[in-house]
Amino acid sequence: MSSKDFDLFRISEEHEMLRDAVRSLAEAKIAPFAAEVDEQARFPQEALDALLANDLHAVHVPEEYGGAGADALAMVIVIEEVARVCASSSLIPAVNKLGSLPVVLSGDEALKHRYLTPLARGEGMFSYCLSEPEAGSDAAGMKTRAVRDGDHWVLNGVKRWITNAGVSEFYTVMAVTDPDKRSKGISAFVVEKSDPGVSFGAPERKLGIKGSPTREVYFDNVRIPADRIIGAEGTGFATAMRTLDHTRITIAAQALGIAQGALDYAKGYVRERKQFGKAIAEFQGIQFMLADMAMKLEAARQLTYAAAARSQREDGDLTFFGAAAKCFASDAAMEITTDAVQLLGGYGYTRDYPLERMMRDAKITQIYEGTNQVQRIVMARNLP
Amino acid sequence: MSLRIVVCVKYVPDATGDRRFAEDTTTDRDAVDGLLSELDEYGVEQALRIAEASGDAEVTVLTVGPDDAKDALRKALSMGADKAVHVNDDDIHGTDVIGTSAILAKAIEHTGFDLVVCGMASTDGTMGVVPALLAERLGVPQVTLLSEVTVADGTVTGRRDGDAATELLQAALPAVVSVTDQSGEARYPSFKGIMAAKKKPVTALDLDDLGLDAGQVGLAGAWTAVQSVTARPARTAGTVVKDEGEGGTQLAAFLAAQKFI
Ligand SMILES: Cc1cc2nc3c(=O)[nH]c(=O)nc-3n(C[C@H](O)[C@H](O)[C@H](O)COP(=O)(O)OP(=O)(O)OC[C@H]3O[C@@H](n4cnc5c(N)ncnc54)[C@H](O)[C@@H]3O)c2cc1C
Repeated sequence: MSSKDFDLFRISEEHEMLRDAVRSLAEAKIAPFAAEVDEQARFPQEALDALLANDLHAVHVPEEYGGAGADALAMVIVIEEVARVCASSSLIPAVNKLGSLPVVLSGDEALKHRYLTPLARGEGMFSYCLSEPEAGSDAAGMKTRAVRDGDHWVLNGVKRWITNAGVSEFYTVMAVTDPDKRSKGISAFVVEKSDPGVSFGAPERKLGIKGSPTREVYFDNVRIPADRIIGAEGTGFATAMRTLDHTRITIAAQALGIAQGALDYAKGYVRERKQFGKAIAEFQGIQFMLADMAMKLEAARQLTYAAAARSQREDGDLTFFGAAAKCFASDAAMEITTDAVQLLGGYGYTRDYPLERMMRDAKITQIYEGTNQVQRIVMARNLP
Repeated sequence: MSLRIVVCVKYVPDATGDRRFAEDTTTDRDAVDGLLSELDEYGVEQALRIAEASGDAEVTVLTVGPDDAKDALRKALSMGADKAVHVNDDDIHGTDVIGTSAILAKAIEHTGFDLVVCGMASTDGTMGVVPALLAERLGVPQVTLLSEVTVADGTVTGRRDGDAATELLQAALPAVVSVTDQSGEARYPSFKGIMAAKKKPVTALDLDDLGLDAGQVGLAGAWTAVQSVTARPARTAGTVVKDEGEGGTQLAAFLAAQKFI
């Protein structure tokens, strides 16, 4: 009694076509440079070029502003397929969304036109500046200040760990405008790379995602016109948190992609590698590991897609789902990539194979956009 | 009037899959996933470039194939083609290249055309004769195996790179061209293209619509009959030549025995 047209719990034909298209693009244009980008800790320019040429660098930008107007699930699929071959490259579309979503969610019409249009056209990437040296998990404890001066705001402070800093043209910056009000005294602004007083620190030397630049951003008396504020004064922290509700799902997507890449590679390897006179894939001990890896990955994927649908609909339980998807998928990716290294034995531990890179890359997904401890705090406060 | 371009595309079994034959010695389409023939993607790409350059053109993609062949059309539409024609009829099963070219020619005439664009060959049959057969049936010039093609003022111009010479060729429209895998990388469908493809018109035609008789096509109507098929034997370990001073001599002897030298 089957009915093939039962359309629940499967993604649409268009989303599958998008996956096919991004997968072939990623395999042809991004994968060949993944090892080199990691080894040399250099920006994945080839990936940016390929994503720009195919209008995949910021698919979330609404059509009114010249974007592709892709839904949250399509965004997840793009990131997943890029991360499957190169996690560093997947931060290009992911951080373009993270950086610009505050403008999409809270900016006025003029600000949206001014900044989303060049982003969609590929004229400038967008970064997100929340974290500081002394304010990580406790982001509301930030010290960066914005002081009103006539028709301008003047920014001073340091943001740390800013992805694509120096490469991006545009920066969403959260800064304290009223120190007495803690999180309600924080406002969000768009700062441009070319604004006088903006400068960048040395690139961080990281364990993974080495191709994705992470640097400090310094604001030294940066004077910006008052109309660069995103939304009303004092709403910046709320905007920053609302943004994360949506974009944690893109981190889950990265985790899925990295894990899928590792699983695909390990699956192929165990069929070829012979020990004790047969392919190691024939040992039940190996089969059980692969079964567990595939099970965890599929569970993570289902949760992430369910969260993406909630992001698109802006459902009331989005905060829980975004945190749950990010936390679960990143933990799964760490386990899966670690097991994938194990399946390759000594070879998995070398840089001649991509698995140690995938394992190092997976680790960051448990840390950024809120550590997985913080995700558990968020979930506990928003239990369904 | 706008330039009417028809691109012939084929839905083929995925070459990376485990391809098999059915009992009637035709391709077993259930055994393996199908896709738009990679060589036809070049045809779609060139048609789209010609259309973009002309500013006033309409690109129709045409396939003869089973229900699933709609996936190949959908892909071509998502790349940017304007509309599609799907010739699908149970009686077409088993049709050979002569019959296929007859169906394609009727469907092209039915659609209306100034330029027909084909890939250089299919990735499954690999005969590469359809463009010539089509030109003959349509009674128009053929300019085949082009690595560069442009259209201007009712004329198609192209470059054919041969082993011995490079030829510059020209024909008055209407004409049939085929393009090689050197003609320029095919684009990937964009998100917008994929979403738009769903809304583009796909016309379904059967043999009746084309005024063709079931007897002219199909397995029975084929000019060739496949008596049997045998899978290529699995690759063996091969011969290992151990070099103990006269490895070169041994290699030469082996190659001579295989009639390579
Ligand atoms: C490569 C990289 C890229 C990044 N990109 C960006 C970016 O683009 N923009 C941006 O704004 N930020 C970015 N970040 C910053 C990132 O979001 C923070 O590193 C993260 O939020 C953790 O902050 P922290 O590093 O200060 O750790 P801390 O907050 O000091 O945490 C240290 C440990 O204590 C735990 N902990 C803290 N508080 C609690 C608690 N209440 N209960 C239980 N455990 C707790 C944490 O889980 C963690 O294990 C990036 C970081 C990295 C490494």
